[in-house]
Amino acid sequence: MANNSFVKFENVQKSYDGETLVVKDLNLEIPKGEFLTMLGPSGSGKTTCLMMLAGFETATQGIISLGGNPINNIPPHKRGIGMVFQNYALFPHMTVYENLSFPLEVRKLPKRIREEKIKRALDMVQMNEFGNRRPAQLSGGQQQRIALARSLVFEPELVLMDEPLGALDKQLREHMQYEIKHLHEKLGVTVVYVTHDQTEALTMSDRVAVFNDGVIQQLASPPNLYEKPENAFVAQFIGENNKIIAQVVDVKGSVVTAKTLKGNLLKSKKVNCDTVGSKTTLSIRPERINVGVKGENTSEAEVLELIYIGDHIRCRMNVEGDENFIVKIPNAKKVSNLKIGLKTKVSWATDDCRALDRLA
Amino acid sequence: MQASQNKKNEQMLTSDGIPLKKKLSKSLFRSRLRAFGLVTPLLLLISIGFVFPILVFLTRGIYNDTFEKYMVNLTPVLAEWNGISEPTEEMFEALVLDLVWLKETKNIGKVASRMNREMSGSRSLFTSSARKAKKLEAPYKESLIKVKKKWGDLETWRAMKVTSHSLTPVFLASALDMKYTAEGSFIQKSEDRRIHVKLFIRTLEISLIVVIAGLILGYPVAFLLANLPIRISNLLLILVLLPFWTSLLVRTTAWIAMLQGQGVLNDLFVVFGIATDEDRFTLIYNKAGTLISMTHILLPFMILPIYSVMKTIPPSYVRAAKSMGATNWTAFWRIYFPQTIPGIGAGAILVFILAISFYITPALVGGQDGTMISNFIDYHMRKSLNWSLAAAMGGVLLVIILFLYWIYDRVVGIDNMKLG
Amino acid sequence: MKLFKLTFATVSALFVAFGANAESITVVSWGGAYTKSQVEAYHKPWSQKTGNQVVSEDYSGGLAEVKAQVESGNVTWDVVDVELSDALQGCDEGILEEIDHSTLPAAPDGSPATQDFLPGALQDCAVGNIVWSTLYAYDKTKFDTPPTTMADFFDIEKFPGKRGMRKLGKAMLEMALMGDGVPAAEVYDLLGTEEGVQRAFAKLDTIKDHVVWWEAGAQPPQLLADGEVSMTITWNGRIFNAIAQEKQPFGLVWDGQIYDLDLFVIPKGSKNKEAALDFIRFSTDTKRLADQASWIPYGPLRNSSIPLIGTFHSDPSIKMIDHMPTTEVALKNALQNDFEFWADNGEELNERFNAWLAN
Repeated sequence: MANNSFVKFENVQKSYDGETLVVKDLNLEIPKGEFLTMLGPSGSGKTTCLMMLAGFETATQGIISLGGNPINNIPPHKRGIGMVFQNYALFPHMTVYENLSFPLEVRKLPKRIREEKIKRALDMVQMNEFGNRRPAQLSGGQQQRIALARSLVFEPELVLMDEPLGALDKQLREHMQYEIKHLHEKLGVTVVYVTHDQTEALTMSDRVAVFNDGVIQQLASPPNLYEKPENAFVAQFIGENNKIIAQVVDVKGSVVTAKTLKGNLLKSKKVNCDTVGSKTTLSIRPERINVGVKGENTSEAEVLELIYIGDHIRCRMNVEGDENFIVKIPNAKKVSNLKIGLKTKVSWATDDCRALDRLA
Repeated sequence: MQASQNKKNEQMLTSDGIPLKKKLSKSLFRSRLRAFGLVTPLLLLISIGFVFPILVFLTRGIYNDTFEKYMVNLTPVLAEWNGISEPTEEMFEALVLDLVWLKETKNIGKVASRMNREMSGSRSLFTSSARKAKKLEAPYKESLIKVKKKWGDLETWRAMKVTSHSLTPVFLASALDMKYTAEGSFIQKSEDRRIHVKLFIRTLEISLIVVIAGLILGYPVAFLLANLPIRISNLLLILVLLPFWTSLLVRTTAWIAMLQGQGVLNDLFVVFGIATDEDRFTLIYNKAGTLISMTHILLPFMILPIYSVMKTIPPSYVRAAKSMGATNWTAFWRIYFPQTIPGIGAGAILVFILAISFYITPALVGGQDGTMISNFIDYHMRKSLNWSLAAAMGGVLLVIILFLYWIYDRVVGIDNMKLG
Repeated sequence: MKLFKLTFATVSALFVAFGANAESITVVSWGGAYTKSQVEAYHKPWSQKTGNQVVSEDYSGGLAEVKAQVESGNVTWDVVDVELSDALQGCDEGILEEIDHSTLPAAPDGSPATQDFLPGALQDCAVGNIVWSTLYAYDKTKFDTPPTTMADFFDIEKFPGKRGMRKLGKAMLEMALMGDGVPAAEVYDLLGTEEGVQRAFAKLDTIKDHVVWWEAGAQPPQLLADGEVSMTITWNGRIFNAIAQEKQPFGLVWDGQIYDLDLFVIPKGSKNKEAALDFIRFSTDTKRLADQASWIPYGPLRNSSIPLIGTFHSDPSIKMIDHMPTTEVALKNALQNDFEFWADNGEELNERFNAWLAN
């Protein structure tokens, strides 16, 4: 991956009303060819960032540059950025062919070259037979492919995608995720992708920027994001996660010892907690917990609910006073021992437990 | 069991043995009946209160039996007459018989009015002759001509022959500035009596200009309304609708105050030196006055359909176009504008149809060259009482509107119209 | 007890008003100052005398509404104030009730109504009410030497400014001929010929570009007051009111005036025919006609009323008789509207007038 940044946000701030900041001091560098996803709940500022990059919103403060040149004052149509919209924005009064032809016509390309490029783009999304249809005559998935082809037909170096799969059903969405990923790999184009679906973000991206409250909470590759969340928000937002509130009693190197409300002492990896005496959130993934055996950290537990998922059993327990403590147990033979009301022990490795900031 | 099994091979049956199709239509019949019941009051109202009266009135344009109904004796005799030869004693006798009877039954005015439309001056010819008819003696030809010389004219009799046909094209011909003769041919009226064709053309011209002016003025307003934040656009929308809350008459009168020689606009022109005090602009009581006030009054009908169509166009289309490299103008002209055409079509046809039958405003501010065909329909309805001619003119107007509607459907397509 | 008495009194009063004399008639007239004069002089005293109610409605002339009511069989108008030509035409067409002249009250000196009314005022279906005039008025502030003749109205050079005219052939064509120097007595003979009609239109052509056309009687005083026109054809009562009551600086020119009669008629099939007849008998007696004249300068149609004409109701310094269309000065060069001429030629001439307007 190239080191020099292709897209760069420097100290970017955005406010709509002059009173509150929607984007607070954003700094982000995206190298050429990367697939970067902006992930976050609605209202977190991710779409605003995308719109500023596309040129439909102006940055209140800071510089946005593309290929080394600031683009704050360049109108959207001169930025040469491809874009896929949430509802595809296929022009309803034009055929598929005319839709794809439009960006080429405004670039005044000769007809022969236009035809060639349109054919190539339609081939790319396997939609060559649909050139004469109108968007309304296509299914959601087909429209999605056309929108994709249209954003790529004029060969931009950067493509922005604003929740492009939001309107599709689950199965089609998953299928399209792979397709977009493969297209990206094949074309080597830089993609900035906005979604609120964490699975989508993890599946497709080289790197994910998790947004909350106008600030990037963590920027990391999908494995790091899942395995090593840096704060309680990210831990909670990405995947499932058990939280135990505790007070720090000792910090030795990277190991934190904390005391739970019930007085149990638990060891965990220091990530983002304050000094001795402060509160911390201990975060453990549900699949990293062993039931019925002792380990580095052990706690009393009571089975409250068992849900049969198929490949695993989802077990809700009362651990350290938290009645929503979830343990995922692989569907093996010994599971049959578990019964509602059974009192047992749970344990986990110190490395799998991360001491994070106290979540409000 | 065996029997029902056999039947099943012929047609599908329900569990109780009734054919499925029959059962289905029976079960749907109730809901259809209910649906029909819901629209019946409106259907009745429209057919009794709208379609029927219009049809009845339009027939007056081609059917007028006043002469045939009251000139019972003369009508069949006239039918045999060729219209060229000298009127016979038999015809005069029938005429006198009818006049006597009409005088007694007090119906002479109706026939006199009807005849006067065909031939000016017939009213007094009929009424005064009727007064003396009772005392007339045979030979009637001589005695009647003695009363009024005009009875000896061939033209009088030819006019009566034309009028004696109840089903007649005279009114339609008159609505198109033509005269229907006793021989059954149409001739154009003399230059200084032609007026209706000119007015039909002027009506279409004024309506078309109002549509175009409304489009030019209304489109940007609709665009603004559709793109402003909802709080402000709602306020502005109320301002657009505000004129609907005042009567048409008040709005028109307000324009008189604005546009007249000593009015607000001319005062401003004088203040800014655009006009001199002695030589002010004539903005009212002419075509300009009609155009200005009609454009204003009909503007909301143009803005609202365009606005409601624009409202449904997401901003992402224009954004998409711009992201693909289109300038503001290209994005508007090639992407946004085509999508507003259904609204433009609806607004244009709405305004056009309203404009074509406008009459209060042109009557008040139109002066001589700003009046429209509906003013003349109104004139013949209320002033000259020539309802047959009014009906014929209304019929012609209706045909013109239907024809334009048909052209619109062929060119733009009526499905391609959206009121919201 | 007191309350009971009060309630009893109110209820019985209501019975008197609506129960015993339950009749209410609708009287239709031309609106404005003219209707006001009738309300004051006819409606109020008649209501007081008989206990019947009078509902006053306005219209702008013509027989269309009467015809529609009679033909549909739903007659809601009981008494209508119409012009002479309409009274005759309506009677001929059988849409008006006949009125027996012998039932009309005699004059104070005992002479019967048929002798007391002016010629033409009593018709088979109508009883005369007033004589009114179409003439022209001017804005005094616009001219140093005031216009005096009909010819002045058509002289744009000597008397500059816009002209207000009624958008109707009737009266305008006659005035055009008088403005062209034709004496009043010869107007209708000339207008009956093709060259006369052409001469009238030729005269109208000379001022066509300077004319503001009006249709409702309330418009001309307004046009003058707004300064839209410097002279306008108008009805003498309307303009008198603007002068006497609103103190507008308007002048009247009687030369070339055209006077006409207004009459009361009853649409055929009126539901309150007896009450309507009673109203007409009451309103057209000597005193009532004279009373009417103190509100608006329209001349009463009974000879016996003329000596009783008083002063303007709000200004005793104005003698109403001086402002009537029937004074010696006013009649010097005046024309009586020829209803028969217009009954015969109205359609044709109005059609030509409209075509002339549109060209």
